[in-house]
Amino acid sequence: MQIRIGSILLAGVLFSQLAHAQDDLLGLLGEDKPQKEYVKAAFKSSRVINAHSMEFLNPGTMDFRILHRFGTLDQGYKNFFGLDQASMRMGFDFGIRHNLMAGIGRSTFKKEVDAFVKYAPLRQSTGPGSFPVTVAFVGAATIDGLPWADPTRTNYFTSRMAYYFSAIIGRKFNESFTLQLTPTVVHKNLVQLQTDPNDIIGIGVGGRLKLNKRMALTWDYTHVLDGLPTGYYNPLSVGIDIETGGHVFQLHVSNATGMNERAFITETTGQWGKGEIRMGFNLSRTFQLKKHKD
Amino acid sequence: MKKTLFLSFVLIALSQFVSAQKYFTKNGSISFDATSPGSPENITADNRTVTCVIDAANGNIQFKAAMKAFTFERALMQEHFNENYVESTKFPEAKFAGNISNMASIALDKDGSYPATVKGKLTLHGETRDVETAGKINVSKGKITATASFSVLLSDYKVNVPGVVSDKVSKTAKIIINCGLEPLK
Repeated sequence: MQIRIGSILLAGVLFSQLAHAQDDLLGLLGEDKPQKEYVKAAFKSSRVINAHSMEFLNPGTMDFRILHRFGTLDQGYKNFFGLDQASMRMGFDFGIRHNLMAGIGRSTFKKEVDAFVKYAPLRQSTGPGSFPVTVAFVGAATIDGLPWADPTRTNYFTSRMAYYFSAIIGRKFNESFTLQLTPTVVHKNLVQLQTDPNDIIGIGVGGRLKLNKRMALTWDYTHVLDGLPTGYYNPLSVGIDIETGGHVFQLHVSNATGMNERAFITETTGQWGKGEIRMGFNLSRTFQLKKHKD
Repeated sequence: MKKTLFLSFVLIALSQFVSAQKYFTKNGSISFDATSPGSPENITADNRTVTCVIDAANGNIQFKAAMKAFTFERALMQEHFNENYVESTKFPEAKFAGNISNMASIALDKDGSYPATVKGKLTLHGETRDVETAGKINVSKGKITATASFSVLLSDYKVNVPGVVSDKVSKTAKIIINCGLEPLK
């Protein structure tokens, strides 16, 4: 009996040695400690379509953005479905930290210059000490560049200015699906009519659904809660992101022409129901300014 | 009979301590170059946190590299590498498990430069393929350095290179390994 137990033990030891020698050498070093990791690539671009996304540029990179919005599709062939008319914004965004970026741009609409800073105090992460969502804030100012509507009265430079502040709360639920909410306040120093409010409050819903590795469906809607004058509508954009190497093309249809928050949230005159939608694209090209280290 | 058994038992237990000297590193380096000829930018990256273990007793050798630890000169390239090419979230690690077939002629305790023939299986992007290469093991003043380089065909590992970047990203990647090893206690 004892002998039998002995042989079984011996066989066991022999076997374990064999098994040991063959596979897991790496296991001898022990398990890797799980590490906190920030969730990346929630969106392909720092904008959903019009609105800021929860995504940041990498530090030391510059994003050169060319945005076009065409005329409405309902004009038919005589204006080549709106392509004969184009409004554009050209801008440069800079990645400063993983959670800090800033940018400046100029739109043909109202000859407007806009500049923003975006900062995320909390970022979605996995592993120990993880956090489920990214919380980011955007602060921006815009300067209307058109000649004064009424040069006879006293005009102040500050009258040209407007501001917008957004909070972005977003989550990349899985590899393909991302959703974010963006409450935004737009403040205009000067409004057209005495009855128009200076502050306009809206809440945006933006999302992305990846169709394959390099294409994604995106949507971007802002519901204005308070302060939208009659004749203006909530902006809704639906698009496709296409990524090729260093470029991201965002093709979309939208009822908005504006290419900054002040313009697209408060000055969208088109209505989806009436076919007053337009094609548009954002072209983004990223340049590495400083050598990348991680 | 009982004694014999007991003796062999002790011997085997002992042999586990004596013969099976293993060497390891947790900060080995693996770099790769997948630049197409004539490409304006270099498609290169390196990873300096590679884990490697060699069992001197039988020549078994294993590697492990975290895909997200490959760093590129361009941040966007790195993001695309992880997102679109090797899908690092789905397949976080590359692994190699193989054997140095001429281990008998390599004396890790004696200075010298030894050629090493390594055969094994490389798992990358969820695909496993046989790999064979001629590497080198250098022993100098007790320091062991293992180096090797070989090429892999990206399509073997189902890593797709889209047509628009084929002038930049090559269909093959040259992989260079360099590991300084220490005895595993």
